[in-house]
Amino acid sequence: MLSLAIAITPQALFSQLLVGLINGSFYALLSLGLAIIFGLLNVINFAHGALYTCGAFAAWLLLELAGVGYWPALVLAPLLVGLVGVLIERTMLKRLYKVDPLYGLLLTFGLALIIQGAFSLRFGSSGQPYQIPSALVGATDLGFVVLPNYRAWVVLFSLVVCGVVWFLIERTRLGALLRAATENPTLVRAFGVNVPRMITLTYGAGAGLAALAGVLAAPIYRVSPLMGADQIIVVIAVVVIGGMGSIAGSIVSGFALGLVEGMTRVVYPEGSDTVVFVLMALVLIFKPAGLFGRAA
Amino acid sequence: MKTSLWKLLAVPVAAAMAMGAAGCKKEEAATPAAPGSGAPAVKASKVIRIGVLTDMSGLYADLAGPGSVEAAKMAVEDFGGKMGDIPIEVLSADHQNKPDIGSNLARQWMDVDGVDVVVDVPTSSVALAVSELAKQKDKVFLASGPGSTDLTGKACSPNTIHWAYDTYALANGTGKAVVQSGGDTWFFLTADYAFGQALERDTSAVVTASGGKVLGSVKHPLNASDFSSFLLQAQSSKAKIIGLANAGGDTINAIKAAREFGIAKGGQKLAGLLVFITDIHALGLETAQGLNLTTAYYWDRDISTRAFAKRFGGRNRDRMPTMVQGGVYASVLHYLKARQALGAGATSGAAVVAKMREMPSEDVIFGKGSIRVDGRHIHTMYLYEVKKPSESKGPWDYFKLVKEIPAEEAFLPLDQSVCPLVKKP
Repeated sequence: MLSLAIAITPQALFSQLLVGLINGSFYALLSLGLAIIFGLLNVINFAHGALYTCGAFAAWLLLELAGVGYWPALVLAPLLVGLVGVLIERTMLKRLYKVDPLYGLLLTFGLALIIQGAFSLRFGSSGQPYQIPSALVGATDLGFVVLPNYRAWVVLFSLVVCGVVWFLIERTRLGALLRAATENPTLVRAFGVNVPRMITLTYGAGAGLAALAGVLAAPIYRVSPLMGADQIIVVIAVVVIGGMGSIAGSIVSGFALGLVEGMTRVVYPEGSDTVVFVLMALVLIFKPAGLFGRAA
Repeated sequence: MKTSLWKLLAVPVAAAMAMGAAGCKKEEAATPAAPGSGAPAVKASKVIRIGVLTDMSGLYADLAGPGSVEAAKMAVEDFGGKMGDIPIEVLSADHQNKPDIGSNLARQWMDVDGVDVVVDVPTSSVALAVSELAKQKDKVFLASGPGSTDLTGKACSPNTIHWAYDTYALANGTGKAVVQSGGDTWFFLTADYAFGQALERDTSAVVTASGGKVLGSVKHPLNASDFSSFLLQAQSSKAKIIGLANAGGDTINAIKAAREFGIAKGGQKLAGLLVFITDIHALGLETAQGLNLTTAYYWDRDISTRAFAKRFGGRNRDRMPTMVQGGVYASVLHYLKARQALGAGATSGAAVVAKMREMPSEDVIFGKGSIRVDGRHIHTMYLYEVKKPSESKGPWDYFKLVKEIPAEEAFLPLDQSVCPLVKKP
């Protein structure tokens, strides 16, 4: 049954677009890390969702065990999970660069299941509550919609983070080296750059980004072992639509798909789970390299 | 080092499918540590096997899942571990809330593994498939996980007993109470599968019958993470009550988002139609306070429910049992009693179920109860309100009683039943 019974007024439309934008910020943050890792490591990081879960749990554990609140956790949790990322890359992923990229995917997929299962076993599947930081409690009435302050913060903060990461990669010397190493690691190494270390740090940074999204998500959703598994498939679709490995593509398509999903929830709510994949199929048929990707 | 894009894309799809399949192989056999189970030599090879088919890792894993397996084992232990000299085994498997996986597992159990009775099965769509299977194979299905009244309605079966709760009882408890206290216009957020649809249908009927009006509904996918969009639609309907015809993680996320978007400030109230104590635990009292809910069991009701909960908590990560897990315990215990009364050799599922209907049930969870011809187990239901943080004395001290709903009023009256087993005058 279409819920068109509720007339779509401009107010309703704007409020739905706004809500879509909020989800879009999570997609953008997650797909950004995924795209960076794919770009440099050529690994589809299936553990990305699990690292996002780790970020949320890190924030929750910091609060429960050490009394560390949201704001410090916003910095500490990504650092901790980034370290875990470094560890994963150093001890496991590193061994797989010489073989087919499939193995990297299988490894990270296995890691995702293990992490998810471990959290589930220890903390249960229905999740743990995490309160919104007191400074951001409440909502602002924008006239057409009541926007919770916390969600406004999520959108703004994600936009800034995405912008900074894009700038770092596309406009700085470090980013130039990173991109060069993606194209031709041997040549970059010949210039005296420590490429393996760069790769390790890149994976760590990608993991940190995922964790950052996890901390941002903790007060909105529950801190639940399944939160990452719910997101990862959609986020991979977002990256595919944007163009594998394209930084700008992943950011733009992240936000855009949030909007598309939001609209679907109004027009045909039953299909809101599927619309991203329909778009992915269409993009693959008509522009296989993705909207922002270059043909391989 | 670049591989073709196509090859890389094929992999996530395959992996996603593997993710779906990953959980379906687990089947841990667990012979309970029964008193005096040291004697191995069993004359016949016959074993009574109880299969707990449940959601071991998904959104219902906390309200059923490993806790249900534990509850079944407790029932077996309390029965004595064996029937005469026939041992009793508890198996478990993860149906992942998918009807195809669930019915395959149940079929395998019934055809190959000699399982006599399947219990729990949260997710109504899976339960309906298992019920049909139990009828075909003349086994027993004790459903305490699912909610759809279809199990004792148009799809009722001489091999199925529906324990603990159903959508009618929930609608009748919470729906009626809310309309009577002035909440007479409703908008539903409905999980888009058998249970959600049944809950919306039954609650709509109660609301209308009590003099209220249903203004509309929106169907959301099962396990939707973000509810803000659906809530905004509910908000623009201007209904006084937003009915949550969903369960588990979906209910939790909807309540959290409603609080964030200030739904209550706009004068609208939420009515959680199926809320488990584990959901309240995940929400925290700060967010959940004031919510009305209907349940068959609350651990802190009296001495015997407390004693059971304490034992259960000690074996299940200190979590208090839900009514689903309580239902598993009570239904397994009653099954074993009936089977013993018939003689352990009784293999016809329908015969055991008939015996279970004949015998009144009594246990520490539901007190006295009985089973009707349509397979519905009836007992007292309770309407509770979630305490304020200041009223709670500690972890899991969450509910205060609003009213008791006697067994005869709590469930769909037989004369309104569409179950073909009910003889109409």
